[in-house]
Amino acid sequence: MASAAQRRIKSISYAKYGYIFILPFFLVYFFFQLWPLINTFSLSFRENDEKGAKFVGMDNYKAILFETKVDDDVAMGKAEWLKELPKEERVATIKAEQSKTRINEQHRLFSEAFKNTLILWFGNFIPQIILSLSLAVWFTDAMLKIPGKGFFKVIMYMPNIITAACVAVLFTSLCQESRFGALQQIFHSVGIIDGDIQKTNYSDWVKLLNGEWESRIVVMFIQTWMWFGNTMIMLMSGIMGINPSLFEAASIDGASSGQVFRKITLPLLSPIMVYTLVTSMIGGLQMFDIPYLYHDKGNQKVTESLRTVAVYIYGTFNNLEGNKNYGWAGAASVCLFLVTLALGSVTFYLNRDKDAIAKKKQRKKLAQQAKIKNKQFGGLSI
Amino acid sequence: MSDMKSVYGQGKDNYILKMKIKSIILFIWFVILTIICLLPIYILVINATRSSNEIANGFSIFPSSHLADNFKEMTSNENYKSIFRPLIGYRNSAIITCSATLLTVFFSALTSYGIHVYDFKLKEISYTFILLIMMVPTQVTAAGFVNFMIKMNLHNTWIPLILPAVAAPAVIFFMRSYLKSSFPLDIVEAARIDGSGEFRTFLTIAIPMMKPAIAVQAIFAFVANWNNFFTPSMIILNGDKKLYTLPMMVNGVQASDKFTDYGVIYTCIALSIIPMVIAYVLLSKWIVGGVALGGVKE
Repeated sequence: MASAAQRRIKSISYAKYGYIFILPFFLVYFFFQLWPLINTFSLSFRENDEKGAKFVGMDNYKAILFETKVDDDVAMGKAEWLKELPKEERVATIKAEQSKTRINEQHRLFSEAFKNTLILWFGNFIPQIILSLSLAVWFTDAMLKIPGKGFFKVIMYMPNIITAACVAVLFTSLCQESRFGALQQIFHSVGIIDGDIQKTNYSDWVKLLNGEWESRIVVMFIQTWMWFGNTMIMLMSGIMGINPSLFEAASIDGASSGQVFRKITLPLLSPIMVYTLVTSMIGGLQMFDIPYLYHDKGNQKVTESLRTVAVYIYGTFNNLEGNKNYGWAGAASVCLFLVTLALGSVTFYLNRDKDAIAKKKQRKKLAQQAKIKNKQFGGLSI
Repeated sequence: MSDMKSVYGQGKDNYILKMKIKSIILFIWFVILTIICLLPIYILVINATRSSNEIANGFSIFPSSHLADNFKEMTSNENYKSIFRPLIGYRNSAIITCSATLLTVFFSALTSYGIHVYDFKLKEISYTFILLIMMVPTQVTAAGFVNFMIKMNLHNTWIPLILPAVAAPAVIFFMRSYLKSSFPLDIVEAARIDGSGEFRTFLTIAIPMMKPAIAVQAIFAFVANWNNFFTPSMIILNGDKKLYTLPMMVNGVQASDKFTDYGVIYTCIALSIIPMVIAYVLLSKWIVGGVALGGVKE
């Protein structure tokens, strides 16, 4: 019983509004994200100057990914055979060898950055997931009567909303290797470091800022401190999405809390666990603010043990620091992009709707069977 | 019978006792974690009220009386004033963050509405595309982005900090899921019969209905933009301090070797962190709920 107006409306095509509504998104995306991405790719094949005009093929990738052999004798100008060359040629050969040293330095920095990123990610993800998962299970357990659950949740999430740059500077001040560092004072009062720390020449500080592993551990702690609340709340919402009658049935059957966790919670939580794992991995690859800012005050250099891939990219092209090596930065970005792409596809693969795929297969099978039957009946459709 | 009852009763008592003990242990564990979460911020607030000498003399749990002195030193000392100016920082951060948040929320609502309501040829392809690009990290495009912005002469302006907020794939994904679950298409049809134009329907009917999703995403977009240090520090190049955002000023405090008074340093950090903490305490219910919502939808 459609009215005339309704019929008229049905006949009008509204498709053009669809395009109009999504147009601004795609325009801005193209201009500010897609084109820069393409530009990054193109920069990675070009020479290392600001204009980046000359095409150099895979040289930048070779430079950051592989070691270039440098003949030290030639670079220092000490090799015997150099003396037989004419002067200009000799200078050119030495210069070429020396530039190889510079390229080699990039390989060293990039592989260091990759190693540091992995170490920092593992050291932050493992304690974080253990802490968040156990907290999420306890918070959602109806048997436990703990007062103030809401309050605890709110406080545990709080570090996540504070500006990471400010957190890094705050922790630098707290860990300061001088008599101003609050943590050094606590270590002193506990007795881990002894002697009179008020003396100006005192130097037995715990190397929280400059030590290789000490600084990494502090950064891992900061990352865990900032992110465990977020992960906990996500896992909690996953656990609350599990049918409560399963937990009830298990408790009636006398399952212990460990059994419930292993046999019910963990298997049913796996999609969200995979999601958490991958977002955390991609987040870990981007780790920038805290490693970049957690270093001695007044010293502009990033601590060597904390240089992550993101810090490497930033430092390689950043104009503030005077380096405009867009080629190397571009090549490193493309490598980062490929790793992200691989991780992303793994999630999509693991998170695909298994039921839908199984149903599709079944439908295909039925269709095939029907075909075979049809043939049996001499091609007549039933 | 009575024997069995008592045995059963004992088991129950045991179980309740066990749960009680577990609850108490966990409560203590939660209190410890809460203290760890709050301690750095507490030390920050306390140290902001102490003078540099007091800070050097040891750690204290009680505030002192030097907050006003620290503040005066920060605003009057030429060395400090040139690096950390909280009012300008607040203003800049607020302008950038508010405009970026508005753009994110409005255009994401628009895009997700367009994809949800209308049937057009490229509908599924464009949505799949949005899902695919959700995972590309900003660090990957950074080099090309800065290079391109310098070519376009847009560096040292706020345009590259504000305008890209229009394209927020993750927000669109969230809003589309929200529309799917709570926006029936009949409403659009009814509005058409009543003679409402398409944009009017979106502005006066869809946006009010999407309010919960918009509020949650606005909070997250605000937090993300306010905390962003990476992009502004690449775009504002030649150290024009008038354009600095708050995190960049904190970076300045960290990088400068003229900042030697720890009382003042703590005051600077406190001024950057505390507004966020207060806003969080006021909005915590929404925020924690929003994170949970995001987790379910993924």
